[in-house]
Amino acid sequence: MWSYDKILQYPIKIKTPNPGLATKIISQYGGPDGELAASLRYLSQRFSMVTPEAIATLNDIGTEELAHLEMIGTMVHQLMKNATVEEIESSGAGAYYTDHGRGVYPQAASGTPFTAAFLQVKGDPIVDLTEDLAAEQKARGTYEWLINQTDDPDVLEPLKFLREREVVHYQRFGEALRKVQDYLQEPRLFIMPKPDFLRSNELNR
Amino acid sequence: MNNDAMNLKREIAGTHMMLEELQLYLNTHPNDRNALAKRNAFVKQMNILNDEYNKNFGMINQDASLSTYPWQWIDGPWPWEYEANFEI
Repeated sequence: MWSYDKILQYPIKIKTPNPGLATKIISQYGGPDGELAASLRYLSQRFSMVTPEAIATLNDIGTEELAHLEMIGTMVHQLMKNATVEEIESSGAGAYYTDHGRGVYPQAASGTPFTAAFLQVKGDPIVDLTEDLAAEQKARGTYEWLINQTDDPDVLEPLKFLREREVVHYQRFGEALRKVQDYLQEPRLFIMPKPDFLRSNELNR
Repeated sequence: MNNDAMNLKREIAGTHMMLEELQLYLNTHPNDRNALAKRNAFVKQMNILNDEYNKNFGMINQDASLSTYPWQWIDGPWPWEYEANFEI
């Protein structure tokens, strides 16, 4: 279960509205490499994870991603809030405004609504942790493309903070993967363990 | 929100960050005594800061803060509002 703290993980205080930028940052809310997908991915994968270290890592990073989701929603909210309709139209946010006004809706920058197809739960510890490593790198990349599109320090600082968190999570998932590989007794093989039906074929031969 | 509340929020956010970082690290390094001692020290600091915020500025932890009458949880500003956040 969870308990709410009435404070953001990192402060968001954006003075200048920028609706065009909001409709790009929204991708980290409900896009393919966004925080909602990250949180659901880890919090769902933890049920079939092995080793105490890897289970705790999924549980806690999945929880931190919810705090990041809140930060992204806050950035979109503050970037849209005091923008005039003229500013919204001229900045290219007219399509988003038509569907959602100044609200925060989980969608990609391209307009695709959030879908669970953005994530996978394979129920295999090595498959799942390998996806998680890739997911953290893809999110880092997205933050870098967003950072390239603004020079507002009020937006840059939280984006840089979130980018750094992806780097830390990648490190922790890498450590968790090594623990799981040791546990599965294949420490030098960076591949999936052999499934049972292949093992029984060996015995039958 | 006044300056004292903002300064306290800054300390609370910083302490949260130390806890987050140490806890994720400890998950994959459960035998690091030094990191564990630091983490436990930050928990004590967190409790003191949360209590101080609660006494002076209202509720911050849903399940741990006390409320005066009437029920304070519904009081703004909420974390996503400009006014709730401190300058970096």
